[in-house]
Amino acid sequence: MAAINRDDVAHLAHLAHIEMSAEELDRMAGELAVIVESVKSVSEAAGDDVPATSHPIPLTNVFREDVVGHTFTAEQALSGAPDAYEGRFKVPAILDEG
Amino acid sequence: MTENNELIRSSAAALAGKLAAREVSAVEVTQAHLDRIAAVDGKVHAFLHVNTDEALAVAAEVDAIRAAGGDAAGELHALAGVPIAVKDLIVTIGQPTTAGSKILEGWHSPYDATVVKRLRAAKMPILGKTNLDEFAMGSSTEHSAFGPTHNPWDLDRIPGGSGGGSAAAVAAFEAPLALGTDTGGSIRQPGAVTGTVGVKPTYGGVSRYGAIAMASSLDQIGPVSRTVLDSALLHQVIGGHDPRDSTSLQDPLEDLVAAASIGNVAGMKIGIIKELHGEGYQAGVENRFNESLELLRGAGAEIVEVSCPNFKYALGAYYLIMPSEASSNLAKFDGVRYGLRVLPEEGPMTIERVMGATRAAGFGDEVKRRIILGTYALSAGYYDAYYGSAQKVRTLIQRDFDAAFAKADVLISPTAPTTAFKLGEKLNDPLAMYLNDVATIPANMAGVPGLSLPGGLADEDGLPVGVQLLAPARQDARLYRVGAVLESLLEAQWGGPLLDRAPSLTDPALTGSALSDAAASSHGGSH
Repeated sequence: MAAINRDDVAHLAHLAHIEMSAEELDRMAGELAVIVESVKSVSEAAGDDVPATSHPIPLTNVFREDVVGHTFTAEQALSGAPDAYEGRFKVPAILDEG
Repeated sequence: MTENNELIRSSAAALAGKLAAREVSAVEVTQAHLDRIAAVDGKVHAFLHVNTDEALAVAAEVDAIRAAGGDAAGELHALAGVPIAVKDLIVTIGQPTTAGSKILEGWHSPYDATVVKRLRAAKMPILGKTNLDEFAMGSSTEHSAFGPTHNPWDLDRIPGGSGGGSAAAVAAFEAPLALGTDTGGSIRQPGAVTGTVGVKPTYGGVSRYGAIAMASSLDQIGPVSRTVLDSALLHQVIGGHDPRDSTSLQDPLEDLVAAASIGNVAGMKIGIIKELHGEGYQAGVENRFNESLELLRGAGAEIVEVSCPNFKYALGAYYLIMPSEASSNLAKFDGVRYGLRVLPEEGPMTIERVMGATRAAGFGDEVKRRIILGTYALSAGYYDAYYGSAQKVRTLIQRDFDAAFAKADVLISPTAPTTAFKLGEKLNDPLAMYLNDVATIPANMAGVPGLSLPGGLADEDGLPVGVQLLAPARQDARLYRVGAVLESLLEAQWGGPLLDRAPSLTDPALTGSALSDAAASSHGGSH
C-alpha cells in the first residue's frame, strides 16, 4: 500500500469539503502517514476466506407500518438553519457563474 | 452543609429510597447538586451547560405528586427526582447541544433523544450537559472546543474521554448519575481513570436515536455512575426497544437490578484475556487487576485464561472503520441546514466554498484528521485494502470472542493500560492517544457489552485503576452480577467506596496547584 502524501491529503480535504492552509496540509500529511503506517497490518490479518462484518449484531431489514409518523414543522426544521427564506433553507449559489 | 454533603455523596439508589420515604424532597436533592456544581465546576469543568430552572421545575413536580399522594404518587418511577447529567452528544429540547464542537455552538435540537424522553418520563431532573471530546473523538476531553475537563482526583490530569465530563461530574459528586456514549471506550475508559462505574450495553440494547452519530456500527449510549447497582437502575430506565432506531434490539430488557443483587459468583467461569494485560500495562494497573482476580477466585469463581489472538488487529481495524463511518456521518455539517456557516473571505460565494470554509472553521484538528483518514480509507483503490480488510478483522474479533465465551461466562481485563495522564501529555501524539482504548475497542467491534468499575489506586501514582468485565451479546446481566460482587469485595477491603479517598475539591489546602489555572482556563459556556 502506498504511503499517504501531502497531495493525497489536499485531494482528500477537497473531497471532504474542508479548506486547509499549506501549513495544515503539511502537518496533517505527517500525522496521517504515521497513522496509516500503524494500521497497515490490518490488510494482512485476514485471508480471502474470511467474510466481512459490517454490523456487530446481524440485522435484516426493519419495517414499520406505512403511516405518517412524527414530522417537524417548517419552523422546527429551520430553527437551526444559518439562513432561511420564506419557509425554506437558503443555500448559497450552487454554480460559480462569475 | 453536612446535610448537603450527605446528599451529594449518596448513591442514586440511596437517594431514591430517601425520596420515596419523604425524608428529603426532590428539590433539596437537585438543589444540593446544583450547589455542588456551582462550588466545584469552575475547577472541574465537567459541564458545558447547567439546566437549573428546568431541573428544579421537574424536581418540584415530583415533590408535588408525592405530596398529593394517591395513584399518581404510587406510579412514580423509582428514580423520580434523582438528578442526572447528560453527555452533550445527546440531543435535548430546551438546552443547547454542541457535541463539543464550534460547528454546533449554541444549537438547540428541535427534538429529544429517546433516552432523554425516557429520563423525562421517569421524571429525573436533568442537571445539564457534560463536556466531551469534539463529536466524541478522543480519550481525554482535550479535543473539546470549549476547553478540557479536569480529573477530580488530580486537576492537572485528564478525566478520560470522550465522556470525561460525565465521568468527572459523577466522580466530583456533581451528579449521582450521567449518560455517556461509547464508540471505542468513551464510557469505560473515563470510568477507569476517575474511579467511577461505566457500562457500554450490548450494541442495540439502548436506543441511539438522538445521539449525534460518530460511527454508527460502533456507537452505544450507556450509564455512568458511582456504583454498579446505580448503573443497573439507569440502564433499566434507558434500555429496551425503540422503533426510531432501526438497529435497536427487539429483545425485552433483562432484570439488571436483580442481577446486581444476586450477590455471588460461585461456580462462574471468569476468563482472563491473555492479550489484554502484561506488556504495555502500567505496573500499578496490573497489580490491582491481579488483586481483583484473587478476590473473585476467593468468592468461588473459576479463573481461566483465554486467548484472543486477533485482538492485536483491533486498534488498527477500529481506526479504519470508525473514521470511515465518521467521515460520512459528519458530511451533514454543510453550513446550510443547521449549525455554523462561515463565508469565504474572498472569491465566489458558492456552496462548495462556503462548506469548505465552514468545516475548516467549525471542526477541530482531531475531527479533521478522522474525516480525512475515513475519506482515504473509503476511496476507490484503497477500499478493499483498508475498509474491507478492517471488516474482515471484525469477523475475526467476533470469532475470538465466541471461542473465549465458550470457555468463560465473563471475560476480565484492565479497562485502560494506564492511570490518568497529565493534560497535554499526549495531545500532540495522536497514536499515543489512540492506544488508551486498546482494551475497550474489541467490545465495540463485536457489539458485546462491557462494564468498568474501580479496582483501586495504583501504587506508583495513587490514581484510580479500572477493571473491565465483558459478556456475550445480550448477556449484560452477567456484568452487573459479577461487577456488584467484585465491587462489594473491594469496598470491604478498602473500608468504603474508593471515591472516599479522592481529594476534597472545596478545601483549598488539598486541591493542588492546578486549581487557579483550571479556573482561569475554564471557558465552557453558559454556567
